[in-house]
Amino acid sequence: MAAVTAQPQVDLREPKGWRRTRNRAATVAMYLAFVVVIVPLGFVLYTVIAKGASIISWSFLTSPIPVNVAPPGVGGMGPAVLGTIEITALATAIAVPLGVLGAIYLNEYGGRGPLARFIAFMADVMTGVPSIIMGLFIFTIWVLHFGYSGLAGAFALGCLMLPIVIQSSHEMLKLVPNSLREASYALGATKARVTVTVVLPAAIGGIVSGSLLAVARAAGETAPLLFTILTVTTANPNVFSGANTALSTEIFANADQPFLGAQARGWGAALTLVAIAFILMIAARLVTARFARYQH
Amino acid sequence: MDHPEPKVAETELPEPTAQQQPREAAVFERPGAEVFKTKNVSIYYGSFRAVTDVSLDIYEHEITAFIGPSGCGKTTVLRTLNRMNDLVTGARVEGDVEYRGASLYAKGVSPIAVRRRIGMVFQKPNPFPKSIYDNVAYGPRVNGEHKKSRLDEIVERSLRHAVLWDEVKDRLHKSGLGLSGGQAQRLCIARTLAVEPDVVLMDEPCSALDPIATGRIENLLREIKSRYTIVIVTHNMQQATRVSDRTAFYSVLRDDKNDTRTGVLVEYGPTRQIFEDPRDSRTQAYVTGRMG
Ligand SMILES: Nc1ncnc2c1ncn2[C@@H]1O[C@H](COP(=O)(O)OP(=O)(O)OP(=O)(O)O)[C@@H](O)[C@H]1O
Ligand SMILES: [Mg+2]
Repeated sequence: MAAVTAQPQVDLREPKGWRRTRNRAATVAMYLAFVVVIVPLGFVLYTVIAKGASIISWSFLTSPIPVNVAPPGVGGMGPAVLGTIEITALATAIAVPLGVLGAIYLNEYGGRGPLARFIAFMADVMTGVPSIIMGLFIFTIWVLHFGYSGLAGAFALGCLMLPIVIQSSHEMLKLVPNSLREASYALGATKARVTVTVVLPAAIGGIVSGSLLAVARAAGETAPLLFTILTVTTANPNVFSGANTALSTEIFANADQPFLGAQARGWGAALTLVAIAFILMIAARLVTARFARYQH
Repeated sequence: MDHPEPKVAETELPEPTAQQQPREAAVFERPGAEVFKTKNVSIYYGSFRAVTDVSLDIYEHEITAFIGPSGCGKTTVLRTLNRMNDLVTGARVEGDVEYRGASLYAKGVSPIAVRRRIGMVFQKPNPFPKSIYDNVAYGPRVNGEHKKSRLDEIVERSLRHAVLWDEVKDRLHKSGLGLSGGQAQRLCIARTLAVEPDVVLMDEPCSALDPIATGRIENLLREIKSRYTIVIVTHNMQQATRVSDRTAFYSVLRDDKNDTRTGVLVEYGPTRQIFEDPRDSRTQAYVTGRMG
């Protein structure tokens, strides 16, 4: 038994031929796709930062919007910053609770019942509705009767956010393993209790970060606000009544101006909006990490 | 914890001699009260009849083992005993299931109330993504206990009962998901014991565990059976002989003509009789390893 038999040569290198070629081709294609995606994104960010950075300052974020002919150094976008924050916050307050409750109904209560299927179907349809239609819809049912206001804008943005929140929350709730629900039921918990103490905590990280992404998306929307807030230059701290303004619609209004000052303020507003979206996305990441604490 | 040691000890291990001889003859001549009486119970998943005509009585302060080949309906019968199958859409029960004289499936019976008395430990450890402490305190909180000192006491006592206390007492507020498989299963047992149920149903609680952890859980079962009634599903025949007083052997009945299969209760009796002197040839074949 002590005799050492000669081992046959083992070749552990990557096999030659068509398989290797295919592998290489796929790898190259993936890198190319990555570059194709990342380059335009890089250009957009670069342009916004290059054109907007010079004008951004604390006073830009807080000063009133001047007349269009005013040079770049005068005034700022204060009313638009205020408007974006109030309108988006109100839209969030409307859409997130409603969307999360809807998702809970879909996943925990509705089963495969007709109402649940109807809600899921409507949420699918709503994601496909162009955002300008949301604006027109609110214009017809609200603005025509009660006038322009931040509230009307928030309704339009809320309509836009609602299906996103429903769908992302629904996906998160689906990921909660059934074994956790059963463990809770086996201890004598009611369905409401199971939902509140087991299902929601297990999914909350995903729900919050999904909602934050919906907020980021809504904060940048222009079309739903065009017919709902009017876009005025004065600050309106009352989000519930009177015409208002927002960063996105100010970009729209300033971009086609012939005046250098207005154009510069448009770029400043663009950079501010990108920064807000960026902050919200980082917050989403942090929230996910924070709630993952007990998950491993 | 700040409460005195004896408090824990007094509820912990009762006289050890009784546990060392679980299959004492006297037990079977004068069994305790029936906790469950099932008569001609058939269980369906949609139109599929998973289990047919199961009739058996389960006695107080005994450990009853369910054995049988995979797919014969052990889990299905077990989940019928605390209405867990209500959570499966399409699941349906026919026949009588009585728990301490009350019909479990009668109109007006709340599955919530049933499950507060009849707890369950699952095959796969399923701790909540919460701290160890909150896992154990979950059941008591569901039942309305919110006093910190009481909860501390219950958590410690339950973890001691589940032989987990020494391993986790320094990390009670760390995640329950950070435990090993065996520790997680003992955490789940502690969580079930924390609500002081009347009956503990266990579905293959040791299938993911090594022999040492399995031994610990078996000792635990022997220790707690003077206060609980336990029904355990197991694939491990030695385990059934080691811990159980009575054994129910289930099998699959095939009907080749109609191409259907259903689970049936083949034989039920004192564990020693089932393993040493089975009345049915199918039981004999299974316990001697010639089938299944
Ligand atoms: N939720 C379900 N829906 C439909 N059929 C089911 C469901 N659960 C179990 N069954 C079927 O019921 C039968 C009995 O299953 P059960 O899980 O009770 O078997 P078991 O004896 O516990 O098997 P094992 O030893 O593999 O755990 C099987 O044929 C199974 O496919
Ligand atoms: Mg099973």
